[in-house]
Amino acid sequence: MNLSYLFDPANWDPSAAGGFPQLLLSHLWYVFLALLIGTVIALPIGLYIGHTGKGSFIAINAGNAGRSLPTLGLLMLMVTLLGLGLLPVLIALTVLVIPPILTSAYAGMRTLDRRVVDAAKGMGMRPWQVLTRVELPMALPVMMGGFRSAALQVVATATVAAAVGLGGLGRLLIDGLAVNDYSRVLAGAIVVAVLAVVLDLFLALVQRWVVSPGVSGRF
Amino acid sequence: MITFEDVVKIYPGGGTAVDHLSMELPTGKMTVLVGPSGCGKTTSLRMINRMVEPTSGRVLIDGQDVSGQDEALLRRGIGYVIQHAGLFPHRTVLDNVATVPMLLGKTRREARTASLELLERVGLPTEFAKRYPAQLSGGQQQRVGVARALAADPPVMLMDEPFSAVDPVVRAQLHTEFLRLQQDLGKTIAMVTHDIDEAIKLGDYVAILRQGGVLAQFGTPQELLDAPADEFVASFVGRDRGLRSLSFDSAADVPVVPPASSADLILEGGRPIAWRTASGDRAIAGTFTKADSLRIVTDLAISSPVGIAVRVDDNGVCDGIVRHHDLVDYLMERRAS
Repeated sequence: MNLSYLFDPANWDPSAAGGFPQLLLSHLWYVFLALLIGTVIALPIGLYIGHTGKGSFIAINAGNAGRSLPTLGLLMLMVTLLGLGLLPVLIALTVLVIPPILTSAYAGMRTLDRRVVDAAKGMGMRPWQVLTRVELPMALPVMMGGFRSAALQVVATATVAAAVGLGGLGRLLIDGLAVNDYSRVLAGAIVVAVLAVVLDLFLALVQRWVVSPGVSGRF
Repeated sequence: MITFEDVVKIYPGGGTAVDHLSMELPTGKMTVLVGPSGCGKTTSLRMINRMVEPTSGRVLIDGQDVSGQDEALLRRGIGYVIQHAGLFPHRTVLDNVATVPMLLGKTRREARTASLELLERVGLPTEFAKRYPAQLSGGQQQRVGVARALAADPPVMLMDEPFSAVDPVVRAQLHTEFLRLQQDLGKTIAMVTHDIDEAIKLGDYVAILRQGGVLAQFGTPQELLDAPADEFVASFVGRDRGLRSLSFDSAADVPVVPPASSADLILEGGRPIAWRTASGDRAIAGTFTKADSLRIVTDLAISSPVGIAVRVDDNGVCDGIVRHHDLVDYLMERRAS
């Protein structure tokens, strides 16, 4: 194993265009955008389906369909249709992010104790208050689980951005392979893996902070 | 007063849950809706706070049709207690209790202060305030449920099988405490149970419903026990209704004879100690006072080895005895009159 690329200080220079800091930043930017757009689309749909029970086949099938779509194939299709740029990448990554978020939002709402929701209504909460003050806090652990798995997947898969000329840690893999620089490929793989672990730990901390001890059982 | 005016509820599937129900639940009293499953008791209860809308007919609170009122505002003015309490697991006990005052616009501080007092009122130590529902026993959760329903001091309370999820010992304890609480508060309460004994114990009035949502009889517990309207009510209140009815009659007028008239009673300084029987002395298991019910007197008389119930005054001094045949004569006379 040749770790020379990973430990070369020149590659850690924040101002270097192809260095780790800048690639990391652009990588995180794609991850962030995909998660944001995916959440904005999938969360309301998942909550709605879970809340009303209408269209639950969508939630169940979305999970399966989304997982079977090859992201690289989808990306190439989007590039063919839309040309190069950030948009096709975001579409491909967002499609990847939607299923786990949608399915977990649905599952979180479905598995709630309906008696508690009944009590909330019976005490005079309006539908919006029932959703935000009772259903969401109770469904949060399941929903966070879906979000974390979406984040993990998109961190690993955002490397495809480099395949269509964008930045991100995928650059190290694509360029490294192109010039037979396996030390660079290895460095890219390691940084992506570490990033995934760190991000998941961070989200685990967020989860611990936002989920009530009464729900998580961590009194 | 809660009024049901010819209320009908037919579910979309075609099942009739409530069938032309008319009744009045008096102000300041506890009315228990009781009946077998499928009798529409919970549906009827839930029409009071518009959790269920009637197909036809009207439900009124103090003359006001509930259907004309804003759902959320109506419900904030009605206490609501359900089976298993239905506490919010993500909120502390205190914040659970403070829910409705907060919805009504009280500040968090005001709501919490009032809630803390209520916790004590329902018999929970204040150190429970910071705990979460999952850290409480079923009985404790149910107390919090009652406190939560009382928090905004609503004149009307709805209780849907509030005590059925706890074990019999805790249930009896909750019954006693709840009756005491209701004596102080005088809320207009509608409660649902499937347990006729609970209904008779707690209710000022009992509405017995039969399958298909038809009101079989409405009356005081004693009326139901003494004069069941039909076979269904008679079988529902049970075969020992004659004996149970006695628990609503005072023992004050039971004819007693002086203790000295029995050679079997051993007194010590006026206090009853034991029975003298052929197989030796037997300790006296219990006594009654003028404040007790006839059921207790009857029970004492038939469980005593010599067939005698012993009455004591407030100081525990025996002031009279009743022989079982005299008691039966008395009960027969009462029934005849």
